[in-house]
Amino acid sequence: MPAISDPLASVSRFLLEPMRFAFMQRGLLAVVLVSIICAVIGTFVVLKGMAFIGDALAHSSFAGVATAFVLGANIYLGAAIWAVLAALTIAFISRRAGVRFDTAIGIIFAGGFALGIVLISGAKNYTVDLFSFLFGNVLGVGSSDLLLIGVTSAIVIGIIGLLYKEFLFTSYDPTMAAASGLPVGLLQYLLLALLGITTVVSMKAVGIVLVVAMLVTPPAAAALLTQRFHLIMLLGAAIGVLSSIVGLYLSFYARVASGAAIVLVATFFFLLALLFAPRGLLFRRGGG
Amino acid sequence: MSSQASGAEKETALEVKGLWVGYDKHPALEDVSFSVRAGEMVGVVGPNGAGKSTLFKVILGLRRAWRGTIQVAGMEAKSGRHLLGYMPQMELVDWQFPVTVFDVVMMGRYGRLGLFHRPMRKDRDAVLSCLEQVGMQDLAGRQIGELSGGQQRRAFIARALAQEPEVLLLDEPMAGLDAAAQHDFLVLLDTLRQQDKTILVATHDLSCVATSFDKALCLNRRVIALGSPRDVLTMEILYATYQSHLLLVNVEGKIYASHK
Repeated sequence: MPAISDPLASVSRFLLEPMRFAFMQRGLLAVVLVSIICAVIGTFVVLKGMAFIGDALAHSSFAGVATAFVLGANIYLGAAIWAVLAALTIAFISRRAGVRFDTAIGIIFAGGFALGIVLISGAKNYTVDLFSFLFGNVLGVGSSDLLLIGVTSAIVIGIIGLLYKEFLFTSYDPTMAAASGLPVGLLQYLLLALLGITTVVSMKAVGIVLVVAMLVTPPAAAALLTQRFHLIMLLGAAIGVLSSIVGLYLSFYARVASGAAIVLVATFFFLLALLFAPRGLLFRRGGG
Repeated sequence: MSSQASGAEKETALEVKGLWVGYDKHPALEDVSFSVRAGEMVGVVGPNGAGKSTLFKVILGLRRAWRGTIQVAGMEAKSGRHLLGYMPQMELVDWQFPVTVFDVVMMGRYGRLGLFHRPMRKDRDAVLSCLEQVGMQDLAGRQIGELSGGQQRRAFIARALAQEPEVLLLDEPMAGLDAAAQHDFLVLLDTLRQQDKTILVATHDLSCVATSFDKALCLNRRVIALGSPRDVLTMEILYATYQSHLLLVNVEGKIYASHK
């Protein structure tokens, strides 16, 4: 038996033990990537009050997952097509047909989710698969999944980086952005499409039900700590990454669902920020 | 030789001809025509729903006109649009958004920068000089929600200036300011006017137009009158402009106006 008395050795063993498994390495890389793009897109989601639409896209894309599952096609592809279509449909319905934005979201949200359940429940082995789609199965991330998550992350971050000032301007002041000659409508549709793609690649890691937490919780915690847009994005990504790593170890040692563990850790960080931030609950009266 | 020409008659900065605009099938502006010379400060007055904001939006290209033409500094509106600076109604601004005064003013540069281009050194210098013009250089790093009412307006004037405009369109910039802040704001507008900026201000404050503006444009879907405040802000014209929305009181030959 190795020396139990050496704390450094036992800490490093604690950290390295799970990484002996290839599925844990892939899982860790997957959740780290997912938490970064979720925080980047989530910063816009939090600051523009779009949390409900992120949740809706995830739930609605379940119809795409189910369709692909039944047809034996690529599940990510099915979900991605559905999520982007859902995003554009929501925007289109509310812009053109005089239906309120939140109503349009609610309809697409529940309609897509219900279609997914109907399709999956008609298929074989449905309980197992249903569970992994809804609540995520990060330890089941394969090499091809990881490649897809990596490529998608690069694309999402690349587009946000390239059009950072345009997205910031349109989010903050769409009227003035349009007056300055920016294609505001196009940029808003593009941001929604990126949001749709992000929810889809995050599905495997945390599941449809909890994707919204990855989008919203880390940037919301960051927004309590800083007042600068780009810092909220960076700090949100850091909080997301930390939550993912801690959550994954937690799930390994405590043998609990990984997606839920990650979300719980992120929620814990949010509560810490809520209490101890300069403008947080504990200092609200004293701070200026 | 050419410098003499700028003496008496200044050039036309903004010309609107036969402008019709509407929502669905209801016209918001009917056959609106007027022109403003460079360096003039014009108060655009009229009741709510008179089309003041709509007029600005059409000039800015945010709404399409049914018919009519708009020229900015002698150019068709489309190519002259970069000569416009705009300040929205303060109540429409998202004050919680995590951007600093510097960030907001930098957004004024984005139209000139174009897609994909990042701000350069000269853009940062331009932002700082605009902030200096409005006396806000020390507050560049502040989050916009932390500003006083007067400072908020200065920040957005600086953003409009960062657009390097010839013509400024300010939508109700003085609403909600106390008397002292309003005075400071008018002093700022006056210095801009002395730099030959053309300024259109949508406002409900008739007395302010009467005392501080070169011209008043009385608007109620149509142009009721355009001229010096002394000539235009008469009982007759104001009744025609505001109809039942205004209470006019004549006290010893002076007219006092208030909104119902």
